[in-house]
Amino acid sequence: MNNCEYQQIDPQALSTPIPTPTLPQPTVVVEKEKREKARKKWEVFPGKNRFYCDGRIIVAGQSGVLPLTIGLILVTTGLFFVFDCPFLVKHLTVFIPAIGGVLFVFVVISLLQTSFTDPGILPRATPDEAADIERQIDSSGSSSYRPPPRTKEVMINQQVVKLKYCFTCKMFRPPRTSHCSLCDNCVERFDHHCPWVGNCVGKRNYRFFYTFIVSLSFLTAFIFGCVATHLALRAQGGRGLMFALQESPASAVELVICFFSVWSILGLSGFHTYLVASNLTTNEDIKGSWSGKSGAEDTVNPYSYNTIITNCCSVLCGPMPPSLIDRRGFVPVEASSQTSATEMELPMLPVKKETNVVGGPALSQLPPHAFQCAQGTKDLLGSASRSPCPTTGKPQPVAAADPAVTFNPALISDPAAMPSLTCGGRHHSHTTSPPDEPRHHHHHHNRHHRTRSRRGRGSKRPALHISNPAYNASLSPPSSPGPRPSHTGARDPRRDSIVALH
Amino acid sequence: MGRSWDFQHDNDPKHKAIFHNLQELRHSASLANKVFIQRDYSEGTTCRFQTKFPSELDSRIERTLFEDTVKTLNNYYAEAEKIGGQSYLEGCLACTTAYIIFLCMETRYEKVLKKIGRYIQEQNEKIYAPRGLLITDPIERGMRVIEISIYEDRASSGSSSGSSSTSGTSAR
Repeated sequence: MNNCEYQQIDPQALSTPIPTPTLPQPTVVVEKEKREKARKKWEVFPGKNRFYCDGRIIVAGQSGVLPLTIGLILVTTGLFFVFDCPFLVKHLTVFIPAIGGVLFVFVVISLLQTSFTDPGILPRATPDEAADIERQIDSSGSSSYRPPPRTKEVMINQQVVKLKYCFTCKMFRPPRTSHCSLCDNCVERFDHHCPWVGNCVGKRNYRFFYTFIVSLSFLTAFIFGCVATHLALRAQGGRGLMFALQESPASAVELVICFFSVWSILGLSGFHTYLVASNLTTNEDIKGSWSGKSGAEDTVNPYSYNTIITNCCSVLCGPMPPSLIDRRGFVPVEASSQTSATEMELPMLPVKKETNVVGGPALSQLPPHAFQCAQGTKDLLGSASRSPCPTTGKPQPVAAADPAVTFNPALISDPAAMPSLTCGGRHHSHTTSPPDEPRHHHHHHNRHHRTRSRRGRGSKRPALHISNPAYNASLSPPSSPGPRPSHTGARDPRRDSIVALH
Repeated sequence: MGRSWDFQHDNDPKHKAIFHNLQELRHSASLANKVFIQRDYSEGTTCRFQTKFPSELDSRIERTLFEDTVKTLNNYYAEAEKIGGQSYLEGCLACTTAYIIFLCMETRYEKVLKKIGRYIQEQNEKIYAPRGLLITDPIERGMRVIEISIYEDRASSGSSSGSSSTSGTSAR
């Protein structure tokens, strides 16, 4: 029988037959309960990323100089095909535009994939997880407002590795994971945030990035060589270089662009080839984590397979891990109704947190949105038997059933669960500058400027998520000032201008 | 009803009580606690979970069953992330097509994740739900933890604050 007195629930939905094991059923329930269109998870994503095509395409918050990169590549290759290829086809071979075309296609495709792929973002810890971790850490019951930097040591292949606690994402970062302050996300196997590509480079898109820079270095070297050949051929017969340049001014433009690009791109490719061969990330190389520079004892890279071939294969040809942030899944309906009920339930939230471990509050004490999850919990174990396949943006009925199983239990006793998706860490900004490639000056000067301008509390982007400053202020005070001591404590003074540390 | 486990033939009175309760008052099963099984990084960054038995589950489930579940999950993840002939083939093929086949084809990892989803579902049905537990697929927690939710048996607990409403709902 319907024990729900709240307005938000459609009584029809609650009186549906108890076991609803078939997948479409939860979708129907979701449709009935939502007031407007159900929100997808990308709409409430707490990081600074932006999403297009209904969550299919993900880009970092700032596109950096990606338009410039694309523009340079298109312009240079366009000029090459229009002005140089006809001459070269006539005088040399038809393979020149063919090779150029193949390289160009590779470059553009890998660039787009690097920019628009999730680099390996780790979703933030749910409040239950965060509370569990806090319980384990705060065994001393310290009540200081600014907790000391939290680290945990683990042994990886007989090497001691320190795991740091991320105050924004509220979890201990897995090894090789770092928090990007530009994107406000923890990224697995974080390499660096590349402004040219407008995205972080991490576990999932490192191979695309590597393909991009290698094919780009081939492309620029190829165009440079072809243009030089073109000009040399034109200047033959004693007519001189100036004459050749006058006949084909576009070649001069290409020559200049390629000349300056080829050194930096080739250098970058060489650097990353070294990193791939030794299974390092840019972040680790800069910080000198495994080279023994910062530590006194003999530290070796515990992730390396000790042979170049195996390292290369594991980094570039290894299995492609799935995206963990499930952009296109539906946010559970509890979250969408919570926006309207937020002010109402706000005073109740602290109470609810306490009752979590006691044994669950009475049904009548639960905030309104909990009844929607009560509805889900009603067939919780029935639908648990249909525990959904992990969704990585795949069919929606599965995604709709998914929240019913996973989020509802949290909400019955801990309504604070939902805001982890909604209000997240956008209110936390960090004062560190992002990691950078030290050998390539064109990355440097942008970073400091951008980091300083990014600092600020309480910046909201309501279009992308449900903001609830009151909730945030009341429930997560330790995390807001939290990052500061850990940043200053953790920052290596030698590297603090170019490395993001949390 | 469509549920796959059978309440009638389980003779354990405690289970019967739980089943009866869950059957009639499925919407009032309340979450008592959650246990998080953390990752085990001793072998690197590959996905493995600790097999240490958490104390909260002591009274709920046998140690061997729990360890079997976690070990099987670890094996599945190791299979997904295995670097060997098939993954190299997949990687090289993808590289030559400029990774476009990732848009068309389901990778081996995704196939194994589906297997894991089915395994967890089966484990929940057969072993965990009858004991008032529920395993959440780690992929939904960013592969950081295995979340096991512990549900309280409301019918047998008189001290929980939910009991009054429980009796209220059961009176209907």
